[in-house]
Amino acid sequence: MDRFVAIRLTVNGEPVEARVDARLHLVDFLREQLDLTGSHVGCEHGVCGACTIRVNGEIVRGCLMLAAQCDGAEVWTIEGLTETGEIAALQEAFVARNALQCGFCTPGMLVAAAELLRREPRPSRERIRDWLGGNYCRCTGYHAIVDAVEQAAAALHGAPAE
Amino acid sequence: MKPAPFAYLRARSLAEAFDALDRHGEEARLLAGGQSLIPALNLRLATPAVLVDINGLAGLAGIALQGGVVRIGALTRHAALEASEIVARHLPLLAEAVPQIAHPAIRSRGTLGGSIALADPAAELPACALALDATIVAMGRAGERRIAARDFFRGLYQTDLQPGELVAAVEFPVQPPERRGCVLELARRQGDYAIVGLAAAATVQGDGALRDPRLVFFGVGPTPVRAAAAEAALAGAGGVAAAQAALERDLDPPADLHGPPQFRRHLARVLLGRAAARLLG
Repeated sequence: MDRFVAIRLTVNGEPVEARVDARLHLVDFLREQLDLTGSHVGCEHGVCGACTIRVNGEIVRGCLMLAAQCDGAEVWTIEGLTETGEIAALQEAFVARNALQCGFCTPGMLVAAAELLRREPRPSRERIRDWLGGNYCRCTGYHAIVDAVEQAAAALHGAPAE
Repeated sequence: MKPAPFAYLRARSLAEAFDALDRHGEEARLLAGGQSLIPALNLRLATPAVLVDINGLAGLAGIALQGGVVRIGALTRHAALEASEIVARHLPLLAEAVPQIAHPAIRSRGTLGGSIALADPAAELPACALALDATIVAMGRAGERRIAARDFFRGLYQTDLQPGELVAAVEFPVQPPERRGCVLELARRQGDYAIVGLAAAATVQGDGALRDPRLVFFGVGPTPVRAAAAEAALAGAGGVAAAQAALERDLDPPADLHGPPQFRRHLARVLLGRAAARLLG
């Protein structure tokens, strides 16, 4: 038992080894030690969703997990999801629908929205709103964000059923 | 917004976790899903010297139908409850509650046992445990101890858990098909803690009467609150209106940023009306 913890994990497909302060959040580890600054730090208590990250195939709050807990984990950030092209349709739709203004919430929105579209190819607008309820946009551009997710779903999976 | 320093122990066995709890007493905190504990650390509302991470104790997770009981391990994530066919089939009230807990990125981590052990008065799962007559399985070095949910929640963030114990599982009696339930809440944002919430269950009889109703409100007091007077009224001749009036005797909600006590009483009456309509519908 120690204040410092050795961890081995993969981040965006690359193996990483580090010795981290036990109190270091996953998102701070990614930003400050790996220079992956795409995941943003907003409220730091789980309310805003700006730090949404994929860990072991599920989205999490990067401020509500410790880096020390990520030994053996598979972590994907906005940088890796961009590089693989997995979220290209969402990103194109966000641009096309002006779904980002200041851009601070955008990485978290994209990671969260990507998870929704992985599980449910054709979510309704109401479902998109519910799902993204855990992500704040401080510019309040929610309509455009919902539009963009809807458009990306249509681009990936065909025209809406309704 | 960064936690104060602490030491971290990744427990490899229950014995190791109990050792750490013995050695460090109140200086140690168990880390399960961390979705309430880590915010408290970040805000420095909690400053433990040692965090004992029990996420590696796979034996504490899982959902099993055993006779007339659904036993759910404490480390079972909200997302696993949400995806469980056993929960959907046998505990529809619980299945309805889970999607209302916070947000997907939090339900992927948060655990049943963590929610029960924390006993946040505005949380869904303690209220569900009461509404479904669940039994909390506490475990210490000496073994297991079973506590009825009605005896478990003692006060604001206070439970019957003793020093050196953890929540190992929660056992929910299988609900018969004629037993209906619903969980309704009012919050300013989808997924936020409820200003007022209600876990309601009843057996609907052929003549439309509600037998053995169970009304458990959350967000209205230091613990989940069973509304006994309203339950009696709902089962009686007065029906929904009498039950709504009886809530005056059952609930003594606090004033806070959301509004005065009368505001919560009003919302509680609204939810009771909606719940009765759902149960009868």
